[in-house]
Amino acid sequence: MTIDIADKTPLPAAGAEIPLDAEEMKRARSARRETIGRWVLPVIILLLSVYLWDRVCVWNEIPHYILPRPGQVFETLLADWGILSVALINTLKITFGALLIATLGGLGLAVLFTQSKWIEISFFPFAVILQVTPIIAIAPLILIYVDSITAGLLICAWIVAFFPILSNTTLGLNSADHNLQNLFRLYGASRWQTLRFLRLPAAMPYFLGGLKIAGGLSLIGAIVAEFVAGSAGSGSGLANQILEASYRLNMPRMFAALILISVTGILIFLTMNLLSHLLLRKWHESALKREI
Amino acid sequence: MTAMVQANMQIDTGIGQPIVSLKGISKTFSNGTVALNNLSLDIRQGEFVSLLGPSGCGKSTALRIITSLTSPSSGRVEWPMEESRQKDHELSFVFQEPTLMPWATVFGNVWLPLRLKGVSKKAAYDEVMEALKGVGLDQFADSYPRELSGGMKMRVSIARALVTKPKLLLMDEPFAALDEITRFKLNNDLLRLWETFGWTVIFVTHSVFESVYLSNRIVVMAARPGRVVNDMAIDAPYPRDEDFRTSPVYSGFCRNVSEALHEAMKSGDHL
Repeated sequence: MTIDIADKTPLPAAGAEIPLDAEEMKRARSARRETIGRWVLPVIILLLSVYLWDRVCVWNEIPHYILPRPGQVFETLLADWGILSVALINTLKITFGALLIATLGGLGLAVLFTQSKWIEISFFPFAVILQVTPIIAIAPLILIYVDSITAGLLICAWIVAFFPILSNTTLGLNSADHNLQNLFRLYGASRWQTLRFLRLPAAMPYFLGGLKIAGGLSLIGAIVAEFVAGSAGSGSGLANQILEASYRLNMPRMFAALILISVTGILIFLTMNLLSHLLLRKWHESALKREI
Repeated sequence: MTAMVQANMQIDTGIGQPIVSLKGISKTFSNGTVALNNLSLDIRQGEFVSLLGPSGCGKSTALRIITSLTSPSSGRVEWPMEESRQKDHELSFVFQEPTLMPWATVFGNVWLPLRLKGVSKKAAYDEVMEALKGVGLDQFADSYPRELSGGMKMRVSIARALVTKPKLLLMDEPFAALDEITRFKLNNDLLRLWETFGWTVIFVTHSVFESVYLSNRIVVMAARPGRVVNDMAIDAPYPRDEDFRTSPVYSGFCRNVSEALHEAMKSGDHL
């Protein structure tokens, strides 16, 4: 009856190591190559394309006010860091503020929707309307009606970001295993217990999927709203820097701001991936390494 | 807890009083299928009853009606031994699949029924470990279900069922998806646990051999509409082991039950 986990067969002594044959060596080498290649290859491609960009500028004698060389962009990034860093922080504030509200709002609404069919029937269409109307079309209205520009920006970014969390989490909350739901009923679990111990954990992978999309979208929402608001001054973000630089044909600064936006997006994506991995690695299929 | 006290008296067949009575149960599904037609059945305390029949004979439906996961179209379920309006019946259910929460450890899964009753992790620790020891998995308390084999997952499922010390254990083809070796082993484990704890077991299966090996009473059912066609006692003594599995007595019972099942299949209009 008891399961024997102790291995009864003696392992070969440490000294008597069996040498790897040619086939095994080959497999080990290719495994190592793959691990290194996963990181090295993208970096090489990136460096190569930056070098090519530089060469294209030189070969075709493109003036810097049309296409600056990468070196110039980098110099501008350092030289204008004072202005750009303030703009970056402003954009980050809007992005993460919106992401936070979108997460809480999306999660809260999803829980509410699954608790009552009537609430879902009543309000889900409005969530869809908010989602399908292009933000760039509503943004001017919002920015007129809302006095504080920060609040206006937050609302715009929130509208873009909350829907994936809402729809994914709703799906997740509803896809808890039916037999487990029966089991919970059988043991007389309360609504709260079913939510806490069954529905929320079951929805976790879906929620994290939504969060990954929302992370990128809240940055997009923030940038779009900044473009529409077009304000200069203390509250201005990276989009305003791009607009302003474009009026002055300051191409290097436009590129520098663009790079900051991209890097921000990449970092958000990586953070979400890491978060998702940490939360799911123990149990969810998506985070498991498959033995082949 | 009282189940423990009665552990010694259940070895003999059918001496207990009914723990649950089905009275004239009928169930028609919304698509018009008659799953059960006027089913009446007394399950006596300490019995190991198998509901045996072809698919579609309503044996799983009967189980679900006992748990009140499904409500009958007509008829009623009585619990003669319970206090007037007891909220939860002291029963446990083992599904065909292990039905474990993949995000929780083995410990967390077995703790669940107690946790839902408000028992803290610390307070539940001893009981959970005892249940795990009962199925030989106390070493695996911190593993996740995905790290276990099919048979081990089913053991966890059984441990979860027995951690609440139920009076009645309902099993819906629990070993159907397992290979034969694992199945035999789990059959033996189940019998040993039944003898130790003195539950009443209702075991749904479509295997003649499994039902004869385990039970002291077999209720043979027929399909379309689902009904009882035969109620047979398997009065071979417990404990039963591998010797019993190869004995002429066992094969005799198997032949009888097989014939009864064939009668049941003939009386239906299918196949």
